[in-house]
Amino acid sequence: MKGRFLSGMRDGIPIALGYLSVSFTFGIKAVNDGLFWWEALLISMTNLTSAGQLAGISVIAAGGSLVEIAMTQIIINMRYALMSLSLTQKLDKHFTKGKRWLAGFGITDEIFAVASGRLCDVTVSYMAGLITTPFVGWSLGTALGALAGNVLPPSVQSALSVAIYGMFVAIFVPPMKKHKSIFFVVMLGIALSCCFKWLPLLGRVSSGFAIIICTVIAAAVGAVVFPVDDAESEGAA
Amino acid sequence: MSFEKFLPYLAVMAVVTYLIRAVPFALFSKQIKSRFAKSFLYYVPYAVLAVMTVPEIFFSPDMIIAGVAALAVAVLLAYKERGLLTVAMCCSAAVFVTELIAKHI
Repeated sequence: MKGRFLSGMRDGIPIALGYLSVSFTFGIKAVNDGLFWWEALLISMTNLTSAGQLAGISVIAAGGSLVEIAMTQIIINMRYALMSLSLTQKLDKHFTKGKRWLAGFGITDEIFAVASGRLCDVTVSYMAGLITTPFVGWSLGTALGALAGNVLPPSVQSALSVAIYGMFVAIFVPPMKKHKSIFFVVMLGIALSCCFKWLPLLGRVSSGFAIIICTVIAAAVGAVVFPVDDAESEGAA
Repeated sequence: MSFEKFLPYLAVMAVVTYLIRAVPFALFSKQIKSRFAKSFLYYVPYAVLAVMTVPEIFFSPDMIIAGVAALAVAVLLAYKERGLLTVAMCCSAAVFVTELIAKHI
């Protein structure tokens, strides 16, 4: 029991280290967008997600509506529903409903990837450990970035601001090599996103809705042109 | 930002994000059947990350040219399947070096 928790924590260390640097830049961005350090920390401790939080603070900074922020979170974080579904197939039989409601909080791309890559069933203790270390890393990094980020010279802040995007690239580029369907969806998404940035009328759409619209169109066109078979969709991470 | 203005945003973000993860995790035991829905969900993560990255990465650093360098380095290293941390840090290094050079020309 205790051993499984510790082995989960250990498997979470590389994730936590990655999160530390990315959430550090989130902390800097949040403060630059007008939030207090503890507001940035509260977002990280209650959301535990990179892309959703980043989009969230941009909606907050722009004074967007609550509907807009809810829609943004739904679209950006919808992938977690798929991961949760997929992970339910691998749970140990002692993973009761109450414990699932708790552990559901901690399903991120990386935690999902590690948990679903386990050869044996995922136990409650292991999952708890696997969520704990990344959670600490994510929260700590946010607080440090928000508090100390502005102490750093502007050149370093500028450099760190792209770390989060670097992480995104590291997630979506490798599968583009193997699947021309993903290559197509990514390129279509980027083309649409550039249209919303630079075309005269579309440029006026707020960033949160632009992300939603571009994502839904790119994924829907992809689903029509390249419908996936069962084996493929189970490998989605 | 004042806490009264911030709290509703925080609550909506946290609750929505939590429900998306926890509801299927706790309540679902069978697979989605619609092929379109499955395919759509399969493509969403890649689409959303790409949409958020480009063109924003160009405007995130102080200089656009540094953002271009960051994307180039990130794509190259990701193509070589380096880890998340490596790609993120090299991406930052690319911005730092590019801006250092640009400021001294």
